Amino acid sequence: MQWSWIPQNWTIIWPYTLDNALLGLVPPLIGLLISVPVGIACVAKRWLYPPVLSLASAIYALPSLALFVVLIAYTGLGNLTVIIPLTLFSLCVLIPNVVDGLRSVSEPVRQAATAMGFTQLRRLVQVELPLAVPVIIAGLRVAVVSSISLASLGQLIGVSSFGYFFIDGLQRDFPTEIYVGLALTILLALICDLILVGSRALLTPWARGRRIAPSPLTPGPPPAVR
Amino acid sequence: MSFLTFAWDWLKSPQQWHGPDGIPTRVLQHLGYSGLSLLIAMLVAVPLGLLIGHYGRGGFVAVNVTNIWRAIPTLGLLILVVVLLGLGVLAWLIPLVVLAIPPILLNTYEGVVGVDPELKDAARGMGMTQWQVLWKVEVPVAVPLIMLGLRTSAIFVVATATIAAEIGVGGLGRYIIDGLAANSYGEVAGGAAVIVVLALLVQLLFTGLRRLVVPAGLRLQARSSR
Repeated sequence: MQWSWIPQNWTIIWPYTLDNALLGLVPPLIGLLISVPVGIACVAKRWLYPPVLSLASAIYALPSLALFVVLIAYTGLGNLTVIIPLTLFSLCVLIPNVVDGLRSVSEPVRQAATAMGFTQLRRLVQVELPLAVPVIIAGLRVAVVSSISLASLGQLIGVSSFGYFFIDGLQRDFPTEIYVGLALTILLALICDLILVGSRALLTPWARGRRIAPSPLTPGPPPAVR
Repeated sequence: MSFLTFAWDWLKSPQQWHGPDGIPTRVLQHLGYSGLSLLIAMLVAVPLGLLIGHYGRGGFVAVNVTNIWRAIPTLGLLILVVVLLGLGVLAWLIPLVVLAIPPILLNTYEGVVGVDPELKDAARGMGMTQWQVLWKVEVPVAVPLIMLGLRTSAIFVVATATIAAEIGVGGLGRYIIDGLAANSYGEVAGGAAVIVVLALLVQLLFTGLRRLVVPAGLRLQARSSR
């Protein structure tokens, strides 16, 4: 380990960090924007969920490198070629969690909201979605951490990410660079994970003090464990 | 100029189906890497998950550590092991095992920890020892989740074994990595298509396997609760 390599190469470390953060964060965010309405639709129309779930688990089985390669023919060697597959993977994690989160809202709570005169839309926005937040964030944690980690594969098709340090380190037989890439990936994931845990506490003030710490997976049928 | 035409043109040429670079050989190599890694990960993660779940301690730590564990980029670990230890069995085995552990561990833990306490009380009331409670009650009830964890890990491993080609071992990733290096998109597309089919088949296999090993009592319960 050559510690001096880090300050000397700060000017390349920082841009790769930004690129990797972009590739790691944009897909889960797009995924969230898509999976909330899709999840709501799946809860409203029960028959919709089984085919959506099957499709999602089939997509999840696809190797990211293979997907990049398929997309090269259509989107070239740009960021989009990495962002699209990672968004698809995020959807596979997020949709089941949105559905499970919405379904976990207990019937008495729903009835109480209706009895107070809430319309369906208002009940959804003000009662059901907020109560589903812990489970949705649990899914988001998995999606963000996985995307940050998978983004490094983009470098195999030339899309800039922490993968640069791995491939360059291999070519130069220089472990320091590989350590730096690994440490930065885990550090970036850890920071984003902590931000998500923090935002869960902010968004669900009623849960504070109670010791509930939903795991990054949702138990219960059908379990959406990744 | 689409992905499928390129893939089809490459796949239908007979030379891809024979010899040491042929698709059958590459598929067997790929399944060999994946199978061994999954087996070792299972031998580590299932007992550990059972232990943490049975005693109910360390669950919080396990859940959060495994979440960050997912951040470890497989490409980086792969390259690090090669640079440190050289090109051997360990070079692909360590990263793939590391990748496969979190889903199995988390699902086994969640499966055991989620067993109805009344069931466990009843088992103890019947005079079962700790070992019997674990083996005759907790494990059978947790089997659906354990199988789900194995399926997820199997999918991860089969998908990711592709990247092992970057360090020069065999498997289906060879086609993508060599094709990218030689600028022959046909080979890349054909390889990607084979990997996608293999990944989907593995998923199908595990879905079937799950049906087979879930105890009859649980299946009855699932049917009646629907």
